[in-house]
Amino acid sequence: MSEKVLGNGDVSSRGEAVELRSTGRTNASVPTCSTAVPTYSLEPERYELAAAAPYRFDLDRREFFKFLGAGVLVVSVLRPAAMAQEAGGARRRGDSLPKEIDAWLHIGENGQVTVYTGKVEVGQNIRTSLTQAVAEELHVAMEKIELVMGDTQLVPFDMGTFGSRTTPTMNPQLRRVAAAARETLIGLAAAAWKTDAKHLVADDGKVIDRQSNRSLEYAALTKGQQLTQTLPAEGPLIPATNWKVAGQSALKVNGRDFVTGKHRYPSDQKLPDMLYGKVLRPPAFGATLVSLDTQKAEQVGATVVHDGNFVGVAAASSDAADAAIAAIHAEWKSEPQPSSKELFEYLKKNPAEGSDPTGDGDRYDVGAVDQALAAADHRLQQTYTVAYIAHVPLEPRAALAKWDGDNLTVWTGTQRPFGVRGQLAEAFRIPEEKVRVLMPDTGSGYGGKHTGETAIEAARLARAAKRPVKVVWTREEEFTWAYFRPAGVMEVTSGVRGDGTITAWEHHNYNSGSAGIRTYYEIPNQRIVFHETQSPLRQGSYRALAATANHFARESHMDELAHAVKMDPLEFRLKNLKDERLRAVFQAAAKQFGWGKAKSDGQGFGMGGGHEKLGYIATFAEVKVDGKSGEVKVVRVVSAFECGAIVNPDGLRNQVAGSNVQGLGGALFEAIVFENGKILNGRLSEYRVPRFSDVPVLETVLLDRKDLPSVGAGECPLIGLAPAIANAIFDATGVRLRSLPLVPNGLKMS
Amino acid sequence: MATIRLAVNGRSYTVDADPQTSLLTILREHLDLTGSKYGCGEGLCGSCTVLVEGKAQRSCITSVGSIGQKQITTIEGIASGERLHPVQEAFLEAGAMQCGYCTSGMIMSVVALLQKNSQPSQADIVDFMDGNICRCGTYPRIVSAIEKAAKVMTAPAAGKGAGR
Repeated sequence: MSEKVLGNGDVSSRGEAVELRSTGRTNASVPTCSTAVPTYSLEPERYELAAAAPYRFDLDRREFFKFLGAGVLVVSVLRPAAMAQEAGGARRRGDSLPKEIDAWLHIGENGQVTVYTGKVEVGQNIRTSLTQAVAEELHVAMEKIELVMGDTQLVPFDMGTFGSRTTPTMNPQLRRVAAAARETLIGLAAAAWKTDAKHLVADDGKVIDRQSNRSLEYAALTKGQQLTQTLPAEGPLIPATNWKVAGQSALKVNGRDFVTGKHRYPSDQKLPDMLYGKVLRPPAFGATLVSLDTQKAEQVGATVVHDGNFVGVAAASSDAADAAIAAIHAEWKSEPQPSSKELFEYLKKNPAEGSDPTGDGDRYDVGAVDQALAAADHRLQQTYTVAYIAHVPLEPRAALAKWDGDNLTVWTGTQRPFGVRGQLAEAFRIPEEKVRVLMPDTGSGYGGKHTGETAIEAARLARAAKRPVKVVWTREEEFTWAYFRPAGVMEVTSGVRGDGTITAWEHHNYNSGSAGIRTYYEIPNQRIVFHETQSPLRQGSYRALAATANHFARESHMDELAHAVKMDPLEFRLKNLKDERLRAVFQAAAKQFGWGKAKSDGQGFGMGGGHEKLGYIATFAEVKVDGKSGEVKVVRVVSAFECGAIVNPDGLRNQVAGSNVQGLGGALFEAIVFENGKILNGRLSEYRVPRFSDVPVLETVLLDRKDLPSVGAGECPLIGLAPAIANAIFDATGVRLRSLPLVPNGLKMS
Repeated sequence: MATIRLAVNGRSYTVDADPQTSLLTILREHLDLTGSKYGCGEGLCGSCTVLVEGKAQRSCITSVGSIGQKQITTIEGIASGERLHPVQEAFLEAGAMQCGYCTSGMIMSVVALLQKNSQPSQADIVDFMDGNICRCGTYPRIVSAIEKAAKVMTAPAAGKGAGR
C-alpha cells in the first residue's frame, strides 16, 4: 500500500486484478500463445488464454480492515455450491473469509465506496459500466464509487479480461455485492432506530425511515464498526425494467483525466531513480546468440545483462539505453522459416505436432453429409483464407519493475495481471505471493496484451541494476515480438435443394480457431472440423478472433449459395434460419438499411451476421467501387446488435462503432507480411490501419431485451462486417473475393 | 550534450540533453509531461502532437534542438486552471474516446485545426485529422466533438467553456 508513483496520486487504485472462472472447457495451463493448447470441444475459443489460480489462501479479515479502515465489507463468493455447505450460506463469523471470492466492496466511514475486482480497463469502459451497476444497487451516486482494478495484491484472483466475460459475469456479481451491502446498511439503521427494516428504504447514500421522515447517511451508519458479510449465493437484483442508473448512458467515469493528459498509462509510470531499459532483438525469430561483445555499452555507463539469449541494458535515459544497445556487437544464428507467400499451403500441410490429422478430437458431425451432398440439386465447394494481423494497440507494451529484496512490484498493461504475476514468479523462481502486478488503465489491448514480456524484461534489468527499470516497446517491437491474430484456411462444401433449403454443410478450419465455427442455419447434415496446425508466427488472442474468420467463410458462402439458387440473400438466410434472436437482428438491420432498394453503377450491397460471445449481430454494408481505379470505398454500414438488457446505451454504441472501424482494417487491407523469421511491414508506414478517411457512415440499431441477461459487446459486433463487405463488392462488380484482407491494393479490374 | 532552454505551457525550462533528442522524449522524461504519447516514432499516428507556435507538430520526429525559443503547448497547458478548454469539454461530452491513449494528440490537433479554420466542414476535419489514429475507432464521435467545439468557440461568448 505504500507504493507511490510520481505524479499519479494513487496508482494502486487504477491497478487491477481480476478473476475469471474457468468454464471447464478451456484448459488451465500457463498462458502461452499459440502452442500447446490441449483439445476441448468445438465451441470455446481456443486461443483465449486461461490460467487457474495456483494457490488460494484464506484471507485474514483483520488484515483486510487494517487496510480498509472501519466500515462495511461485503464479499462475493464464486461457488454457490461451496457456500451452501456453510451454515445458511450467508453470514460467516470468525477471522477468515472464504477462499472462493471474486469481488468485494467496502463502504468507508467517509461514505466512500470502494469496489475491488480483477477485471481491467483497456478502453472497453467497464470501469464505467461496473460503477453504474454498483450505483444502481447501492443507491449511491456514481461519484462516490471507486473501482480498484487489476492490482494483484488488493483484488481477488481473476483469470483475465477477455472473451467478453465482464458484463455477463462480473456485472451481476458486483450488483449482488452492492445489493447485499445496501441490505446490511438498512439492517444497521433498523437496529439503531429500533424499528423494522421493512419500513426503511435506501436512497442517494442514505437510509430513510419513511414513517418518521428521519434519515442517516451510509457513512454515519458504518462509523467505527467493522462489519463483514459474505454474500448469499443468490442475492436480490433489481430487474432491468426497473433500472434507474444502469440502462442509462454514462460518460467515462474518469474521463476528465484522459482529456487533460493527467491519467498515467503503464508507459507513463515513473519512480525515483528509475532507469530506462532496452532489449537487444535478434534479427529473426528463434535466432540464438553466437557471439556477444558488450564492452562499449558498459563503457557508456549502462547496466548490461546477458542471460542466455536475453541481452538488455538499463540506462539513465531512453536515448542512453538506445545508444548502449547500438554499441553492442552480437552475432546470431537462425534457421530458414516459412514466408507469407506460402502461408496457406503451409497451414494445410503442417498439422500441429501430436494433433490427430483426421481432426477427430475436434469436430462436430450430424447426419450423413456425403449422401446429402450427392443428392443435392446444387453443390458448392470454396476455400476462404484470412491473414495474420496485428492488434496495433496505440500504447505499445510497457512495464515498470521494482525490487524490494526479493519482493517484486510491476506496473504493466495486461489483460491478465494474475497471469503475468505467474509468468514473473516462474521466470524468477520466486513464489507468487512475492510478486505484485498493478494494471493502470491501459492504452487498449484488443486481445493482444495477455502476456507479460515487458514485465519480465523490466524485472530482469531492474534486478541487475538494483534500481527500478521501465521498458516501453517501440512500435516495431510491438509489431514483431508480440503475437498475431492467427491466419487460417477455411474450406466450405455445401449442398442445397432447388427451393433454397440447405441440406449439407461441411466446414474445415485450419489453424485460425474454432470460435464461431458451428453454423446457426438449420442444416440436417453437417461435418465441422477444426484442424490444429503449426504456425509460422507466434499467434494468440484477438478481438472476436476466429469468429471473424469462420463467419467470413460461412456468410460469404451463404451469399454464393443464394446466387446459385437465384434467391435474394436475405430471403435465403431467413429460409434456413430458425434462431429468433438472429432473425430479429437480420430483419432490424435490413429495415434500417433499406434492403431491396435500387442501386446505382458501381454501388453494391451485402450482409453478414451471426452470434458470438452470447451476442447477436447483423451487419449490412454499402460499397462503391471505382470502375477505373478499382478503389473500394465502404460508404455505409448498418449494424443491428442484441446483447440482452443494455447497461449503458452510449457505451454500447461506442463499442459497436469501434468494432466496425477496427474490423474495417482486417476486412480491407491489414495483413502481416513475413519472410524467413522476419516481419517485413512492422511499422505504421508499412502497415495500414483505419483512419478518419476510411470510416463509412455508421448506423447502429440496438435491440434492448430487458428480459434477457446482459452480455458482452466488445467482440461480437465485429464478425458480420468482413462478409458484408465481400458480399457487397460481389454485388457491385460480380467479383467474388475469398481472402481477408479483401482489397489491400484495391480491386483488380479486368 | 547541451544546455537547452524551452518554453512549454508558458513556463521556461532548462534541460541538459543532446539536441537531436526528440521533443517527445524531453517532454516525457525530463519534464514529466506525460500527456503527450509515443505511438509510432514516425509521425504517423498523431499521439505525440503538440503545438509549436500554435501549429500542430509531431513531437516524436521533432528534435529538441530545432525548437529554439518557440512556444510549445502540450495537453497539460490548454485548460485554464480547473476550466477545461472547449475542445476538451467537447471530447468529454461526446464520449469521444475509449482507451483514451490517442486523446491528447487528437485534442491538440483539433485545437490547431480550429485556430486555422474556425468552422471546418466534415471534409476539412477528415483531411486535417487523417494523421491521427484512434485504434479503438471512435472517429465519428471525434468528428462530432470537433463540430461541437467549433460551435461553442465561435459562439458570441467564445472561449468561455462550460466551466467544469
